[in-house]
Amino acid sequence: MFGISSIYILDQKGRVLITRQYRNELPMNIHETFNKKLLEFDEYTQKPVMIDKDGYTYIFIRHNNLIFMTVCSQNANCLMIFSFLFRLVQVLQEYFVNVEEESIRDNFVVVYELLDEMLDNGYPQTTEFKILKEFIKTESFQLKEKKQPEQSNFNVVALVSNKISWRKEGIKYKKNEVFLDVIEKLNMLIGQQGNVIKSEIIGQVQVKCMLSGMPELKLGLNDKAFFEAQGRQSRSRAVEFDDIKFHQCVRLSKFENERVIQFTPPDGDFELISYRLDIRVKPLFSVDVLIERKSATKIEFLVKAKSNFKPKSTANNVEIFVPVPDDAEQPQFRTAHGSVNYMPDKEAMCWSIKQFGGQRDFMMNAVFHLPTIVSPNRDKFQKMPINITFEIPYFTVSGFQVRYLKIQDKSGYNALPWVRYITQNGEYQIRMN
Amino acid sequence: MSRPSASTSSSSRSSRSRYGKEVKELQDALNQNKIESKRDAIRKIIDAMTRGKDVSMLFPDVAKNMETSNLELKKLVYLYIINYAKIMPDLAVMAVNSFRKDARDKTNPFLRALAIRTMGCIRVKLITEYLLDPLKESIKDEDSYVRKTAAICISKLYDVSPELIEEQGLLKLLENLLNDGNAMVVANAVCALLIVQESKGTTMLQLNPFTIQKILTAMNECNEWGVIYCLDALAMYIPEDGKEAEAILERVSPRLNHNNPGVVLSACKIMMKFLDYLQNPETIRQNALKMTAPLISLLSLGKEPEIQYVALKNINLIIQKRPIIIEKDIKVFFCNFNDPIYIKLQKLEVLAKLANNDNIQQILHELKEYTQEVDVEFVRKAVRTIGRCAIKLEKAAEKCVTALWECLKTKVNYVVMESIIVIRDIFRKYPRKYEMILKDLCENLKSLEDPEAKASMIWIIGEYVDTIENADTLLANFSENFKDEPANVQHQILVAVMKLFLQRPNDGKELIHNLLKTATIECENPDLRDRAYIYWRMLSTDPELAKKIVFTERPTISDSSYTIENELLDKLIENIGNLSSVYTKKPESFVKKLRDVLNSKIADKIDDVYDQDQLMDGRPEDYSDQQGGQSNVYDNTYDTSSQIQSQIQQQQIQQVSQKIDLLELDDNQPQQQQIPQQQQQIPQQQQIPQQQQQIPPQQTQQPNQTQNVRIPFAEVLSVNTPGAQSQIQGLSVEAAFQKNGDKIVLDLKITNKTQDKTFSDFGIKFNKNPFKLQPDAIEIQCQPVFPGQTQVTQSYINTNGPVSEEPPQMPYKIQVAFKTNLDVFYFFIPMSLSVLFSSTASITQQKFIELSQAQNLARKQEVLQIQIDPQRMKEKLERNYFFLIGVRKDERGVELLSYAATLVNGMALLANVIHTPTAINLQLQVPHPTLMPLLYQAIGFILTLN
Repeated sequence: MFGISSIYILDQKGRVLITRQYRNELPMNIHETFNKKLLEFDEYTQKPVMIDKDGYTYIFIRHNNLIFMTVCSQNANCLMIFSFLFRLVQVLQEYFVNVEEESIRDNFVVVYELLDEMLDNGYPQTTEFKILKEFIKTESFQLKEKKQPEQSNFNVVALVSNKISWRKEGIKYKKNEVFLDVIEKLNMLIGQQGNVIKSEIIGQVQVKCMLSGMPELKLGLNDKAFFEAQGRQSRSRAVEFDDIKFHQCVRLSKFENERVIQFTPPDGDFELISYRLDIRVKPLFSVDVLIERKSATKIEFLVKAKSNFKPKSTANNVEIFVPVPDDAEQPQFRTAHGSVNYMPDKEAMCWSIKQFGGQRDFMMNAVFHLPTIVSPNRDKFQKMPINITFEIPYFTVSGFQVRYLKIQDKSGYNALPWVRYITQNGEYQIRMN
Repeated sequence: MSRPSASTSSSSRSSRSRYGKEVKELQDALNQNKIESKRDAIRKIIDAMTRGKDVSMLFPDVAKNMETSNLELKKLVYLYIINYAKIMPDLAVMAVNSFRKDARDKTNPFLRALAIRTMGCIRVKLITEYLLDPLKESIKDEDSYVRKTAAICISKLYDVSPELIEEQGLLKLLENLLNDGNAMVVANAVCALLIVQESKGTTMLQLNPFTIQKILTAMNECNEWGVIYCLDALAMYIPEDGKEAEAILERVSPRLNHNNPGVVLSACKIMMKFLDYLQNPETIRQNALKMTAPLISLLSLGKEPEIQYVALKNINLIIQKRPIIIEKDIKVFFCNFNDPIYIKLQKLEVLAKLANNDNIQQILHELKEYTQEVDVEFVRKAVRTIGRCAIKLEKAAEKCVTALWECLKTKVNYVVMESIIVIRDIFRKYPRKYEMILKDLCENLKSLEDPEAKASMIWIIGEYVDTIENADTLLANFSENFKDEPANVQHQILVAVMKLFLQRPNDGKELIHNLLKTATIECENPDLRDRAYIYWRMLSTDPELAKKIVFTERPTISDSSYTIENELLDKLIENIGNLSSVYTKKPESFVKKLRDVLNSKIADKIDDVYDQDQLMDGRPEDYSDQQGGQSNVYDNTYDTSSQIQSQIQQQQIQQVSQKIDLLELDDNQPQQQQIPQQQQQIPQQQQIPQQQQQIPPQQTQQPNQTQNVRIPFAEVLSVNTPGAQSQIQGLSVEAAFQKNGDKIVLDLKITNKTQDKTFSDFGIKFNKNPFKLQPDAIEIQCQPVFPGQTQVTQSYINTNGPVSEEPPQMPYKIQVAFKTNLDVFYFFIPMSLSVLFSSTASITQQKFIELSQAQNLARKQEVLQIQIDPQRMKEKLERNYFFLIGVRKDERGVELLSYAATLVNGMALLANVIHTPTAINLQLQVPHPTLMPLLYQAIGFILTLN
């Protein structure tokens, strides 16, 4: 069992913003060794785990202009460390919204306090924001707190090691409500001929919980395995989850045995479920690009976009990124729908359509001038994929549905669950070539 | 460190006094009664501490505030104490009382836990014993938060004083915590026991059915990190029988649904290990399949690449052990355009493993797609993966060969070369089966830059001399440059020509004769020469035997070279999620024992002290008598006189030794402490082994001559550049020509970035150049450079070399050949003209006027955008032998300063300088226009770098 020997938060230039050392044997300036090591690679070839000549391993992630780096001198559990680093960033985001050099510098005292609580001797302890915020407060948090009666630290402490560590007792709401947001992201890779190479749905259920007391919740989904466990006939649209993961409040053994999702929720916002479905879906959008080289200095694109979902749904904020030669210039666009922008930094043009109804198709025509001196990477664009971003409200690709949400509390109040569905793009790409 | 000291004494004095004021202010603030002012003061102190400034002199004042009732202030004070206690163990004792008091606070468990946690971080042996009583009490604390902190604290103190902890029976108490009613306490106790177990080397966590139950129960209730500790402990358990293993698996498998990737992989680790104990194949299958979806989820697109990377490394191990787990889901291993390269390469690795006769069509289609991408490394690996599939799957080999055939037709250089290498392997595996592509292969002979591809192609020709009609002409072409080819290509040429001769004696007769002659007489490579001799003798004694030997049957090749042997695999499976699995190495092979690391670090550490820009200077005892001290906490510019610095270094060394002392490594302690304070840097440096020593003594012993501008190192040979014979790459050289007094020297910094090669026997030679530069000796005095090492060396240069008529170009570079034991490297070293200024020849005012009126001089006006006063500029230029000749005023009354320098070859360079408030105007006059930019650059260097 090996943990983190030291942790650093470094700025872009490798200067130390925050550091805690947990072992004596590390050189004081080990981050400089790391910085040098980092320079051996460019950003493209850097691996996130590196070992130096002395056998120290550096495990690091980047976030905005920061590097979160840990040093290990032993055979540490590195996935645990990565998970911790990402969780650390998450917690800092909850505290400062933007986690960047500025906010870390301004709040370094809070960051130290957090680290002290989150890592003991290099071993992760508590990383739940909802608990941490109870006893580590920034100035803005403190201001709010003064309005409420002072809480004794005792309760807080109980929280950290309690069985239900994610919720404190005595929460009160006038109106008891729960909001569920079902968000599905569609990852899709489509070949030149419109054939689906891979498709995958990453879904999550985000909960905003405004309930009093210590309620017990039971959530029913149209889960195929659940119907089967119950011995019922699977109904027309039941979803077969490939993988489903829960917030730590859900009783895993109960789910494993009975496929029942039962939990006492934390207060406020949290992600209850994340799931993955590996089902074959028809492409929601297909895009055809016809490229014509009119002359050596002129290239014309004819882009045809088609939506394949039901006519009653509408996609919002559709943006289609079509790669163009990196030295293209003087764009001329013609389309009846939406607007087109040239984005030279992305080597692409972006066609945005505010509302894209189901079963519709739109055309766009673009002409670029090409300089006579040919850029060495001019043909690279044909190997880059077309990217699409979109949002379709009131719709889940998988057919995921919340059947019920039962809320029970000792005090016996009535509570209202609200459910919203939305489908978004994940990595939605179409190969050009 | 090398900053000039004379000019800075005044600024250092002012910063010292400013600094003293700051410290005084902080002290006052800390001693006030107002919490706010105290808090602000200590915030400032901690800020400075983080930035590497030394604020240890404030220890007494800060420590006074430990007893505050304000929790925030207290935390800050603790943070400060943790940081400085190890440098100041004597003072840390001051803190003990406060810890003891806090740890026994009746009202606030949070305070108790904070004290316990913090005191464990103070790794000072001296105070450990004072902390034992409160620690013992805290283990029995009524509050679980305190108990869980205490558990970890025991493991911390064990690191500092193991004997004491054992004597006092704390380990027994820690074991008892496994029976605690609170899950988090149990998890932390498990964690602590494992930590102690590692450093002690004997089993601490007794794993038996009883403790296993405890851990399993705790795992159900504690938070995600606790779950990981429990799982990693369970993974060490050896179940008694299949039944027990199955029961544990049943409890562990729900953890696969956890959303923390660390938990998922730790659960997989147990599953993988325990499956070996099950008998019923159906149970094994079911349990194995439980891992499929969670593992794939680790790779879904939303996941961070870092997580995916570790997951892929582990999946690669898991599927080798139990392929059933991921059989169908090959699509997740298809590369996304935006995946970082390290993910893409890893995915190809897995795809090659997963390929079978059912999915090969799909995989091939995808791989072909990748061969058209832009990233060279990725494309090559994709081609190679196609080849691996061909060798692995006999039935699919034809499809793979067709795919490679298409690759050949792309005519993209690196694709073709990689394809040829891969096809060679396929020909070896399936002899005489795919001759149809020979024709297309032979069309690509021109573009073979990569020696491996070239050698492969020649091997193929040799193998098919009977089929390829013009094999003799092709081989003759290849043999033309025989002497200049790298060794592996030479070998292949020799073998191929031999085959040609044996198969088609008439066509090969002349060729083999010439080749054997060249190889035996003119080649220096002993392997090649010997082989040629053997062939020769074989041919002259028994040609039939030669045929048998040359065309002997070769062992077949398989894809197994990519699989890990079972013993190692099992070891790695036990380490799923750990670094071991990422490096695919046993833990022992990359983890050094603490002591080894420390021993090697002692020397380095002293180096570090010299290198560091921000020294942690000043210590409390100095502070009291220097009133303000020389350290400047709030001043980024670091200016202290050299005398004080050497004193600081002395202290640094003492600090280092003190630190070492704390770890009880007296036997390895260096002798620095005995060096008297007055001694200067040089003798100390010489005591340091390694790097520092390599710098020739001239640099340090002639400090007065380091006044010449120091030209910064430029990278002249990058790691990726192969040597002339393309045998090796991984050598990086940085170089700079310097003027050292009246000598020209070449500083070289040689870095070895290979994994396993050692460079030695360095030599250098210059190409002809306009200033007739050449090194005094071809050999370079330098130790061998081992992998990962850097050596710095210096060579003297004279100006008696052969001359080149070509005028110097901008930037002025000298081409050199750099010899090593392994290969010769060619590169250019840039040079500043300032190095060539003669130190002796001066120009009189008379001569200056004469020269400036000469007709054949090139003239140019330049502006340098720097601010510098005339006096300072004169100093700088004259130090570099650019002399002030005179000052005069022109017709408008503007002051004109005339400077001149003579080059080593006698050419005169003239400059008239006019100072303006924002810049300096230069009128340059040189005998040849190509020197103009060089002179301008040189002046720039002198004025800005010095």
